[in-house]
Amino acid sequence: MLIINLIGLGLIVLIVWWFWLYQAQSTQVSDEQDNSEITVVVEDGIYQPAHISLLENKALQINFVRKDASPCAATVLFPELEISADLPLNKTFAVQLPLLKKGEYAFHCQMKMYSGTLVVK
Amino acid sequence: MNKPKDSTGHKNSQELIIEGASCASCVAKIETALKRIDGVDNAQMNFALRTVVVDGEVDSEDLVQAIESIGYNARSAEDTSDDELLDEKEIADQKYYTSLMRKMWIALGLGVPLMIYSIAGGPMTVETTLERGIWLFIGLLCAAIMYFAGKHFYVGAWKSFVNHSANMDTLIALGTGTAWIYSMVVVFFPMAVPEMARHVYFEATAMIIGLIDLGLALEVKARGRTSEAIKRLIGLQAKTARVVRDKKEVDIAIEQVLLNDIVRVRPGEKIPVDGLVIEGHTSIDESMLTGEPMPVAKEEEDEIVAGTLNKTGSILFKATRVGKDTALAQIINMVKRAQNSKPPIGRLADAISAYFVPVVMIISIVSALVWLNFGPDPALAFAIVSATTVLIIACPCALGLATPMSVMVGVGKAAEAGVLIRNGEALQTASKITAMILDKTGTITEGSPTVTDILVADKSYTEKYILTIASSIESRSEHPLAQAIVDSAIAQEIDPEDISDFQAIAGHGIEAKLEDHHLLFGNQKLMFKKGVFLGEFVSKAQKLADEAKTPMYLAIDNKLAAIIAVSDPIKEDSIEAIKRLQSSGIRVVMLTGDNRATANAVAKKVGIKEVFAEVLPEDKSNKVAELQAQNEIVGMTGDGINDAPALALANVGFAIGTGTDVAIESADITLMRGSLHGLADAIAVSKATLRNIKQNLFGAFIYNVAGVPFAAGILYPFFGLLLSPVIAGAAMAFSSLTVVSNANRLRFFKPKEH
Repeated sequence: MLIINLIGLGLIVLIVWWFWLYQAQSTQVSDEQDNSEITVVVEDGIYQPAHISLLENKALQINFVRKDASPCAATVLFPELEISADLPLNKTFAVQLPLLKKGEYAFHCQMKMYSGTLVVK
Repeated sequence: MNKPKDSTGHKNSQELIIEGASCASCVAKIETALKRIDGVDNAQMNFALRTVVVDGEVDSEDLVQAIESIGYNARSAEDTSDDELLDEKEIADQKYYTSLMRKMWIALGLGVPLMIYSIAGGPMTVETTLERGIWLFIGLLCAAIMYFAGKHFYVGAWKSFVNHSANMDTLIALGTGTAWIYSMVVVFFPMAVPEMARHVYFEATAMIIGLIDLGLALEVKARGRTSEAIKRLIGLQAKTARVVRDKKEVDIAIEQVLLNDIVRVRPGEKIPVDGLVIEGHTSIDESMLTGEPMPVAKEEEDEIVAGTLNKTGSILFKATRVGKDTALAQIINMVKRAQNSKPPIGRLADAISAYFVPVVMIISIVSALVWLNFGPDPALAFAIVSATTVLIIACPCALGLATPMSVMVGVGKAAEAGVLIRNGEALQTASKITAMILDKTGTITEGSPTVTDILVADKSYTEKYILTIASSIESRSEHPLAQAIVDSAIAQEIDPEDISDFQAIAGHGIEAKLEDHHLLFGNQKLMFKKGVFLGEFVSKAQKLADEAKTPMYLAIDNKLAAIIAVSDPIKEDSIEAIKRLQSSGIRVVMLTGDNRATANAVAKKVGIKEVFAEVLPEDKSNKVAELQAQNEIVGMTGDGINDAPALALANVGFAIGTGTDVAIESADITLMRGSLHGLADAIAVSKATLRNIKQNLFGAFIYNVAGVPFAAGILYPFFGLLLSPVIAGAAMAFSSLTVVSNANRLRFFKPKEH
């Protein structure tokens, strides 16, 4: 019984570490160009890549390709930037971001099941 | 597919729309410029349509650039329109619905018979070898169903797990996966499990997948209905336009209409783009945009907007705004943006959703451990059931959908009534307004004042002479009442005199000179200030003011010459609309630069008790601040031009529109109809939407807060109650559907008008 309890506790610790404490690697956008583009695939419950980092005051265009027919995936919001876009299925949809100041900007679907972050350095 | 340009940018044949090509010689120039680009095989321009078809493997942006470099404008004709996007979305949704329904039938095809068997008392345990064989077969069948009907859950769960995130898929995959794996362990190694716990849960796995597929399918349908309002707006766009090209009228696609094109619209047709009437007169039904039921008369020089309906006459008009610049396109854009924005009330749900799924996973483990440590026999079976049920019943979707679905429907509903809400925050604040400041001129009144009385004080002047002097002065003034006097003079064919030394004294009036005569024109304050004797005319002016007219004094060489009274009629439905505001508990205050007596008279007529009169334009925002200091949540309604600072300072600024001019940036909410009923509607819609959001959030919170402990078995020690995972699956599938359906109820909301 002790072993089972320990396994259970171990699982809880793993969940806490895996979902909350782990620092995700972010995909770095080229910092040489003033105008960069990155493609984000919306499929199977995740944005890929979900963590994007770029430099301050560089323009970025995100090309969303939505492959998930579920209506959850249909809208992407950048709440801090007041941007929202309806993503057509199996098509590229470009979202042009304004020049950003340092900080973290979240983007997610309406229900936050899909979520990602922009890290501006 | 990861390189988007390969899928959209490069094409074998593509069409461009050219702007600025005015002569036939442009054709050759454009064609040559295009053919010079690497990869272009051929370029052929249709001059009548101002389009060019380019063959070859080439990026459309390069083509546009080449055309721009020789001095024309170009855009791709294949930018997908809102209309097409919507159609595509509907087709995609329908396909998704059909595939979910098919999956549902597959899953329930196994789940329901098994369910009936178990409810009818059929043993779900594994004891004999024959039973093992049968259950093994059913277990493999169940695995096949998990693959065909539930693959999306498992793939989604795995991918998000790898990505350090968790969502609804994670819970469903874990829940059904646990039930299936445990059942397979029982089938393969019954000895490893205590005898009483040798129970299989294949029916639960199949039923849960089927029910959740069904829930998702119905949700897709219900969600489609939430965007009805935007669909209606997009549907207002005409598909073709009849344009005069080369002296002939040709029907062309709406995307090809260029700026300054001359467009013909016949009775019963929609106006295709925004423009100015250049020939003919007609009446136009603008109700679909402004909510104003009466058709509006239009003649030469009048503005008309895309999406409205031409009723009576045939007109020619010049296109002034096309494509994405039309008022309709801007309205659609604004409504879409607002529908996707979130009011602050939704932030708590957002904050919770980041932790929701992992927390549920932890609760599920804790619950299993508690059963294993303290539960009665068969503890293992109880532990598995409770862990599975906790995972299945928890519904992050209901929580996440609660706010956006209601905002979607509410903002759309408002747009149908001619009320444009800028964002979720404006929607939420509008529902909490406690005080409303209404600007008098143009908001409560028509904003088109007329001269009603001329009282001559010095009999040596005629009425006509008085009007001549007054209109000469006022022709140089920007005061809203000035136009009334100028119009009155024009109507009597009076030519203005040349005046000099014009000087406006803010809040008082005007001082000027006509030849050697010194002129003063303004309010009582101005006369007192300059020492003009008014005598009995003070009481005469008072009488005019009591009739809600604005008296203005004219003095020539510091002697009173006449009083001119101007009146701005009250909009016919202002009284009723103000009553609606007051009966919903809002303190209504009138604000005006007009004199106190006139202001009070107008206020009395419309039933307003509080008045800020004689307010200088720059002091309007101070009055907003004054009310805010009294802890009121202040709404300010004005025309959006003169009141911009006050509108910006108010908690919610309402710009009362004249028709379809939506370029009012300072307002949180734009009322496209002139009537104050629009204001009452806006507040009613926002209140209804917030109420709906609260119901949704409350429902979703309570559902999860009560459902999860119940599923964990908290009632078992007291009442012996433990939830079946199948019931949990049904509850979960229908919880988010309930949220969407509740939001859809808002579609039937009707503000209580008239």
